[in-house]
Amino acid sequence: SAVDPRLLGGAEKELPSGVLEEQVLEALPGKKPLIKKTYRAPNYETPVTYFEEIFTPNEAFFVRYHLSNIPMVDEKTWRLRIGGDAVERPLELSLDDLKKNFEQVEIVALCQCSGNRRGLMKPHVPGVQWGYGAMGNAKWKGVRLKDILNKAGIKANALEVVLNGADGPVLNEPDFVKSIPIWKALDENVILAYEMNDQPLPHWNGFPVRVVVPGWTATYWIKHIVSIDVVSQPYKGFWMATAYRLPLGKFPMVERFTSQETAVNTPITEIVVNSLMLHPRDKQIFRRGQVIEVKGLAWDAGYGIKMVEVSIDGGKTWREAELGKDYGRFSWRQWKYTFKADKKGKYVIMAKATNRIGQTQTFELIWNPAGYHHNVVQRVEINVV
Amino acid sequence: MRKLIWLGLMAISVVCFSGEESIRLKDGPGKELVMNSCATCHSLDYIQMNSVFMNKKQWEATVNKMVKTFKAPVDEKDIPAIVEYLTNFYGVRQ
Ligand code: HEC
Repeated sequence: SAVDPRLLGGAEKELPSGVLEEQVLEALPGKKPLIKKTYRAPNYETPVTYFEEIFTPNEAFFVRYHLSNIPMVDEKTWRLRIGGDAVERPLELSLDDLKKNFEQVEIVALCQCSGNRRGLMKPHVPGVQWGYGAMGNAKWKGVRLKDILNKAGIKANALEVVLNGADGPVLNEPDFVKSIPIWKALDENVILAYEMNDQPLPHWNGFPVRVVVPGWTATYWIKHIVSIDVVSQPYKGFWMATAYRLPLGKFPMVERFTSQETAVNTPITEIVVNSLMLHPRDKQIFRRGQVIEVKGLAWDAGYGIKMVEVSIDGGKTWREAELGKDYGRFSWRQWKYTFKADKKGKYVIMAKATNRIGQTQTFELIWNPAGYHHNVVQRVEINVV
Repeated sequence: MRKLIWLGLMAISVVCFSGEESIRLKDGPGKELVMNSCATCHSLDYIQMNSVFMNKKQWEATVNKMVKTFKAPVDEKDIPAIVEYLTNFYGVRQ
């Protein structure tokens, strides 16, 4: 029952053999069949075929948990607690309070797991062996975190905002708790979302409310959020201090999380500029004279995609692809390039995205022990006969 | 024995995760020990998924991470046998 390679988009060439043997298509309650990486904690990847659509359907949106104690949250009894030593007036809010007492906002944003493409690392690193599908683009509706924090009142010494969800450990594993810098928490784009693509969030994607931190990797997008603490000291939990770390200086970073940096490493923050080629597929065969459409998606941390260049000769020459509709700077962007295959033989097709601040994809993998930020330019080989 | 483990799991987990009964680890010395030590907090496909690329040292580091960081209730004296099984059946010898 191996997963059809067409759902993996080329990742099957690079994933560890154990993954290829073990992964299956399997549906969680309320979800479409997705690529099951692990049953418990539930880790399910979106088949790349869903990425043809600009908004990833809720039922097909990837699922990622570290810990398996995941309660079904009742929206009627759900409460959000705002506290911490750097808050003036602790608050408790119901879902009704959120919807009635704060301005409702909508934003389109890509949600991408920090470890998306970890399975493509060479050499491989332990962790969930994701291919291309630990990501999804959605329209999120909710309230600004900033408005809630301002209602509670922030003290001058506020440094970080600590986010915790209802899910937790089975035994004594460190609870999955994350913090973001206060300046990021006050960014008007950071919201607490209770709708995703005009529907309530699916249970597996954080019902009833999750944090949305556009431009930053999904580790900060805490699901089933139940407590938010504004604190004056760096939060030292395992998932901040030890996990989700990048070697310092290896990756371009504009938004740095300095209160969590050490002399050697830094928490992951922004999504790196990247693209995914959906067509053509590797080893696809075309006839001479056929018009071939090269197309896919490109995204970054929210600076905006400036261009996507396509090569059909293995990187010797590059042409600019046409960009699709702009759904906002945190959304991914569709792109397309067509050419006529007028000579027979092998074509090596590549695509490379560049953002508005000049960041671009790499040709060589920047290996790191946790397997983050794989944005190596893809190579797809087709044959024209 | 297997039945008992699964019953235990059901009591612990809040939601039921169907499907994982189908996971079969490779037969060999240490299999039972691994099944008993490693399925409390997560399904055993975490092991298969992380294969085949880790050598003995890397499996040792992973098991130690489970015990030290995640507080896996594993007897110190069982660690070498667990690492041996994982390296034999889900690892590389080098
Ligand atoms: C007390 C809980 C607990 C027990 C018991 C446990 N683990 Fe884990 N294990 C975890 C957690 C938490 C993770 C991280 C899961 C995630 O991020 O999806 C993990 C992840 C893993 C991974 C993925 C690699 C990584 O470092 O994230 C492997 C492989 C693994 N465990 C193997 C084992 C083996 C082998 C045993 C038995 C010796 C074991 N586990 C027992 C909690 C546990």
